[in-house]
Amino acid sequence: MDSFFRSEEMCLVQLFFQTESAHNCINELGHLGLVQFKDLNPGTVAFQRRFVKEVKKCEEMERILRFLENEVVKSNIPIPADFTSETIPVPRDVLDLESRFDKLEQELKEINSNRDTLRQNFTQLMEINHLLFVAGVIKHERFPAFEKILWRLFHGNFVLRHAEIKPHEEENMAEDPVKKDVFVVFVQGDQIRGKIRKLCDGFHASMYPCPNNAYARKEMRTNANTRIEDLRLVLKRTEEFRETTLTAAAANLQEWTSKVKKMKAIYYTLNLCNIDITQKLIVAEIWCPVSDLNSVHTALIHGSEQSGSSLSPVVNRIQTQQTPPTFNRVNSFTTGFQSIIDAYGVGNYQEINPAPYTMVTFPFLFAVMFGDCGHGLVMTLLALWLILHQEHFRKLKNELIDMLVDGRYIIFLMGLFSIYTGLIYNDCFSKSFNVFGSSWSVRPMFHPHGPNDTLHDSGHLHLDPLVSGVYSGNPYPFGVDPIWNIASNKLSFLNSYKMKMSVIMGVAHMLFGVTLSLVNYIFFRNLKDVALQFIPEVIFMLSLFGYLIFLILYKWCVVMKSESAPSILLLFINMMLFDYSSEGTVLYRTQKPVQIFLVVVAVLMVPWLLFAKPLLLYRKHKYHTLEFLSSHCRNMADIFVYQGIHTIEYCLGCISNTASYLRLWALSLAHAELSEVLWKMVLQVALRVTSGMGSVLLAVTFAAFAVLTVTILLVMEGLSAFLHALRLHWVEFQNKFYKGSGYKFTPLSFDRMRDMQ
Amino acid sequence: MAALSFVIPMSVMTLFWGIIGGVVPWFIPKGPNRGVIVTMLVLTAVCCYLFWLIAILAQLNPLFGPSLKNDTIWYMYYHWS
Repeated sequence: MDSFFRSEEMCLVQLFFQTESAHNCINELGHLGLVQFKDLNPGTVAFQRRFVKEVKKCEEMERILRFLENEVVKSNIPIPADFTSETIPVPRDVLDLESRFDKLEQELKEINSNRDTLRQNFTQLMEINHLLFVAGVIKHERFPAFEKILWRLFHGNFVLRHAEIKPHEEENMAEDPVKKDVFVVFVQGDQIRGKIRKLCDGFHASMYPCPNNAYARKEMRTNANTRIEDLRLVLKRTEEFRETTLTAAAANLQEWTSKVKKMKAIYYTLNLCNIDITQKLIVAEIWCPVSDLNSVHTALIHGSEQSGSSLSPVVNRIQTQQTPPTFNRVNSFTTGFQSIIDAYGVGNYQEINPAPYTMVTFPFLFAVMFGDCGHGLVMTLLALWLILHQEHFRKLKNELIDMLVDGRYIIFLMGLFSIYTGLIYNDCFSKSFNVFGSSWSVRPMFHPHGPNDTLHDSGHLHLDPLVSGVYSGNPYPFGVDPIWNIASNKLSFLNSYKMKMSVIMGVAHMLFGVTLSLVNYIFFRNLKDVALQFIPEVIFMLSLFGYLIFLILYKWCVVMKSESAPSILLLFINMMLFDYSSEGTVLYRTQKPVQIFLVVVAVLMVPWLLFAKPLLLYRKHKYHTLEFLSSHCRNMADIFVYQGIHTIEYCLGCISNTASYLRLWALSLAHAELSEVLWKMVLQVALRVTSGMGSVLLAVTFAAFAVLTVTILLVMEGLSAFLHALRLHWVEFQNKFYKGSGYKFTPLSFDRMRDMQ
Repeated sequence: MAALSFVIPMSVMTLFWGIIGGVVPWFIPKGPNRGVIVTMLVLTAVCCYLFWLIAILAQLNPLFGPSLKNDTIWYMYYHWS
């Protein structure tokens, strides 16, 4: 209910349970995944802890299991994925599993080494089989170098013949078939033979004795054949034996891995607890959400019953001054948004959580910057695909794809809002829709001369809204009028519109942030701060930037001639400088006194924000000289400095943050221009071709258009708008109310450990 | 500003987003996610309505009009009349 708007209330609980039931109880708590164990021995180093040997044993077993898994995967034996391991690991199992693993490892290592020796013999024999008429075998790629060196050494006084060994089916028994050549060299003299022998050694060529007469050669061949048959049999037997061992191991591999992991986690947790003198009682301190205390208690009772101990564990809630961890209960939809908030800073304990508001404002601000309904549609479809086939994508175990899948709901919302803002900007792959009929018409501009005369005056016809009939008086009902898409001064209108829109959105977003700080003050019963900080902040922002928004809206709603319309920017600057000398600076009659009043009020807020709170604290400090300030800074200078920094940050920040929201305008302009470039220079080129070849050219050009749209406009612009929307939230929105200096709640949870592998 | 063609879109959109933001939240069934869903509906309605409102107000009293190229005008004149 309210738990997502604010982090949950946590309590510190002491647990007492017997040593025999320790494993079962911690196992139950691990399955529950709701408690975080506090380290009761913070001073001890890792190897001084009590259960360090057991942890080492578990790590050794994990190593053996990884080795086994490698061997199983290399032999292409499937690992059955059923997961029926609800058996609770107990200390007896540790010794039992340990001995089994050791035995398995020894066996497997023996089998592997035997197999390797046998394979070596086999390859040698196969080579002999081939070279009864030749003298040696060398690797294929080394042969040209070998030949060249022989030439250099003997100046051509030799005869060299070589042939490639064609692999037969039998040779597939070797692990990695290497291409080899056989060669024979005929030379004169014994010394030269010695040189050749050294050369062959240098090239790692195996030399075999070649008997001189045909009868001896035939005998050598038959011998080699028989030995090959024998060896083949032995190798087959060895492989079969290895497979049976590995299959038997693979059947239990999953279960063993999870058991060992759980045992290691349990021992690690036990290291955090205290064992008392009698060695019979274990004391643990846990952080636990208050609403889950009952389930924790039930789990503990269950665990102790399973271990058959007589005494049930004692659960004792204690009061403490320490700051509890921050816990936000999330489901699969909200976890993405919570993680992007936590990436900047985990909230303080029970501070307001910006995540539920971010779930809408973040995709919305992204969409304001992305603003194209065609691209938004593609993004929505992509996100739908990710959502529906989530399991399939997770199996690929690729880091980038995992990140995309984690953010699938964020991308979905971003796409949906982009479709809406695209419809309002009237921009779909840089083209506009004309659903309701434009409010502008050209024909009234032709009176009284007729079209030819009017149009011969200049290359452009500038429609004037003051000529009757040109502007119908009613704006286009939904979004930007489609006529702006074909106008050459499109950007003049759009820039003015988007800049003012960004400022309005920005000030609204920041006011929302300041209002959330009010909610925080009320929750923490800090009514003093409401008067000392919230009220001056709100008045400052409203009197300056609220008035700016009023000016913008007023200028939009009131009819005026273009020559006499004052620029809002100049109005605002003159207001701050109290400069009312130039004419044409009034939008409405009472503008001057109202503006002077607002500026004076805003300036008065600054000393209120700067001095009121520290002076009040100073007075209290003088009258009660107790540890009133113990929870805050130590002396008055710190308080003044802190408040000064806060005031400067807030007031200057108001101005700079409002300007920072102009990036909403900048990025949407960049996106619109990029998509227009893609249309004009890529797709339109092919659409203009009138001959028959145009269809082929169109197909090719469309492929280029699609690739460029996806890579530049969707991926690059999408990432860029994502980043900027995130920055707007992290900095401009959150620095109005969010402290973000807590620590996250990390419960002992076996499900989380399993998901992380 | 009192013309009918302006009042109709104004009231339709206000009513639409007003229903989404003000009426639908009362019908969300009680459950652990009720707060989140209501917040999302209200915020969506406010943001989208504000965005549409800014777009229509910006075009209500234009100070200058679009500047069309002569080719476009000739094309529209001959092909659509």
